[in-house]
Amino acid sequence: MIDNHILGPVFIHLFTAILQLVAWRKTATQRVISAIGSFLGLLVAIRLFTKVYTTGILTLNASNWEAPFGIVFVADLLSSTLVLITSLAGLAVSLFSSTGISRQRMLYGYFPIFHFLVMGLNGAFLTGDIFNLYVWFEVIIISSFVLMTLGGRKTQLEGAVKYMALNILASTFFLTGIGILYGITGSLNMADLSQKIKLVNNQFLLGITSTFFLIGFGIKSAVFPLYYWLPSSYHTPPSAVAATFGGLLTKVGIYAMLRVFSLIFIPDDFTRNLLMVLAVLTIITGCMGALIKLNIRRLFSYLIVCHIGFMIGGIGMFTKVALMGTLFYLFHDILVKTNMFLIAGLIRHKRGTMDMKSLGGLYAQYPKTSLLIAIVLFSLVGIPPLSGFWPKIFLFKEAFTLEYYAFVAALVFGSFVTLFVIARMWSEVFWKDVPANVDIEDKFEPLPLARKILLVLPIGILAAATLFIGLNAEEIVQLVDRISDQLLDTSAYVQAVLGNQNL
Amino acid sequence: MKSPILQSATKYLLPILLLFSFFLLLRGHYYPGGGFVGGLVASIAFVLHSFANGTEATMKILKRKPLSLIPIGLGVSAISVTLPLLFGYPPMTGLWFEEPIPFIGMIGSSLFFDLGVYLVVIGVVLTILFTISLNNLEEKN
Amino acid sequence: MELLLIILIGLLYGAGVYMILRRSMVKLLLGIMFLGTGANVLIFLLGGITKGKPPVIDEAAKMFQDVYADPIPQALILTAIVISFALTAFAIVLLKRVYALVDSDDLDDLNTPEEEDI
Repeated sequence: MIDNHILGPVFIHLFTAILQLVAWRKTATQRVISAIGSFLGLLVAIRLFTKVYTTGILTLNASNWEAPFGIVFVADLLSSTLVLITSLAGLAVSLFSSTGISRQRMLYGYFPIFHFLVMGLNGAFLTGDIFNLYVWFEVIIISSFVLMTLGGRKTQLEGAVKYMALNILASTFFLTGIGILYGITGSLNMADLSQKIKLVNNQFLLGITSTFFLIGFGIKSAVFPLYYWLPSSYHTPPSAVAATFGGLLTKVGIYAMLRVFSLIFIPDDFTRNLLMVLAVLTIITGCMGALIKLNIRRLFSYLIVCHIGFMIGGIGMFTKVALMGTLFYLFHDILVKTNMFLIAGLIRHKRGTMDMKSLGGLYAQYPKTSLLIAIVLFSLVGIPPLSGFWPKIFLFKEAFTLEYYAFVAALVFGSFVTLFVIARMWSEVFWKDVPANVDIEDKFEPLPLARKILLVLPIGILAAATLFIGLNAEEIVQLVDRISDQLLDTSAYVQAVLGNQNL
Repeated sequence: MKSPILQSATKYLLPILLLFSFFLLLRGHYYPGGGFVGGLVASIAFVLHSFANGTEATMKILKRKPLSLIPIGLGVSAISVTLPLLFGYPPMTGLWFEEPIPFIGMIGSSLFFDLGVYLVVIGVVLTILFTISLNNLEEKN
Repeated sequence: MELLLIILIGLLYGAGVYMILRRSMVKLLLGIMFLGTGANVLIFLLGGITKGKPPVIDEAAKMFQDVYADPIPQALILTAIVISFALTAFAIVLLKRVYALVDSDDLDDLNTPEEEDI
């Protein structure tokens, strides 16, 4: 069904960014515009999601060019759900940054760039054209480069060099893949590609092309041999920026993998086994890193890598139950990882450090916020009624059915290590007394009440969303059930884009 | 680098290059050209001027910071992209005036999109170049 | 012509990878630029090199009379050039700042020990 308004979430963030550019250097105005824009974006995303949920896949032919020739935007259930979750996380980060980002950084244009980043994310989820996906990827990485270097401290710039070099390399791989794919099939529309790819005789060349995409998305989503840029850069920018990166950027890689491997290159046995091996190694190396890190944000960076492995494993198995696990974990992970970095920022505000050795006594001083944080930590670990628990059941079940015992072992290992490091963090940061030789530099207490609320409220919003997902697991399972059906049987997607004549 | 030949040549080249960039912008719908190329040519005109007379002289003739061109350009482009929504068409559909206008030809929303791109390109290129060259000046002092 | 371009693409990719693997920052930048150019030439080649007319069709024409070149690779390359222009500009500014702070061209020197941050 054609709907001309599915690009709403993209345009709202674009206009928000433009208005903020007009209000250059007026930080108070920018904060208000950012909050309003993010809120409107969330409303539009909710409207889009309900419309897609009730009426089916919506498409938009940009410039009114018919489908395989022009650029097409498609909102299916996967895209619209991700747009909804991204908008929610965007609203939380936008509220948090109004206090959590230093005025100096706001003067250099933090807010407009942040909204360009969210616009890029929404665009990447909604596009149905593979080259357009590349363009949105570039919008995302250019904005993320600026956010990463904003402030210009030495460690930050050093991290940014590594981040920039590897992300540009990933884009080159992606672009090369697109070039070869266009040479083979003569099309860029993903629905059209899924039809034309079946007619290609040279399967070997297709295998090589799919490897280009795998490497490109693998670097972006931090899969095993390609993840080194992540832990060496994510601990350097301010926490609000790290929250956007940690929660959303690696997940775009996962989304692109889901989309490309379900629609264009259906994984064969070799790709599946490769993905399973990568998943196991990603989980193990991520865990190893998390075990030795004592800086909270470095710890979280390695946990991101570890949990990416869970999702890659689900894509590797590529059965309905496994995809349901991956999708559920993806939704849960965006909310929780964004929240974890916001929590790290809050701790930094309260104690002036993020090193576990010199932290302590937070529970005694702030019992209410500590309990709120405990909910988030529990759902990251996957304590039963909370959101991290349900997707793991699907992954376990399917790994047993398909006899991938190495992946089962890695899942158990990953979950245990997550439990261990989070328990250690809880006891070190919240329960332990403040170490005797440490001076507390509390920037939180002197803040006015409104500012305090702005720091804690976003964590509350995201924690509530996590609780909602966990306690309403049955509805979410129905949702991911429908999404995984759409991913495995793409005829509805193709029909929505190309119309009936091509089937 | 203060060469009198370059300085007096730039005095005449600047308006000609700007005119040429505008020409490229206007012929963009049907022939090679368009906002991006036009914007690059226009910014090269200013870069040439800054080579001849120094960055500060160029900033003086621009009067305003090139950064302020970016929101204007983005705004013009974004409005011309979303305008068709009001008429019930998908975004980016070309809306055209019925009658051609003398010298310029047919005018439609895509011209305004190109105009926005033109302004953004000038703004971005000049901002980057001024940042780099002013940094160099500071380091020298 | 195709063979020539294939050799050129191989050279550009090879030089790009070699440059990226060096330890110098300037060579990293050159490597990124080579890889970007290589990808653009690759798209140009894979779009099919024809001796067709430029894909600009006369307003009065009602049907295709000649062989026209495929316009899509041009659009793709133009977009890719714009993007790599922005990326390169950013990379130059970033590497220049890093050079001013670290005072070294060696990428191995970019490992300042952990420092408390914001």
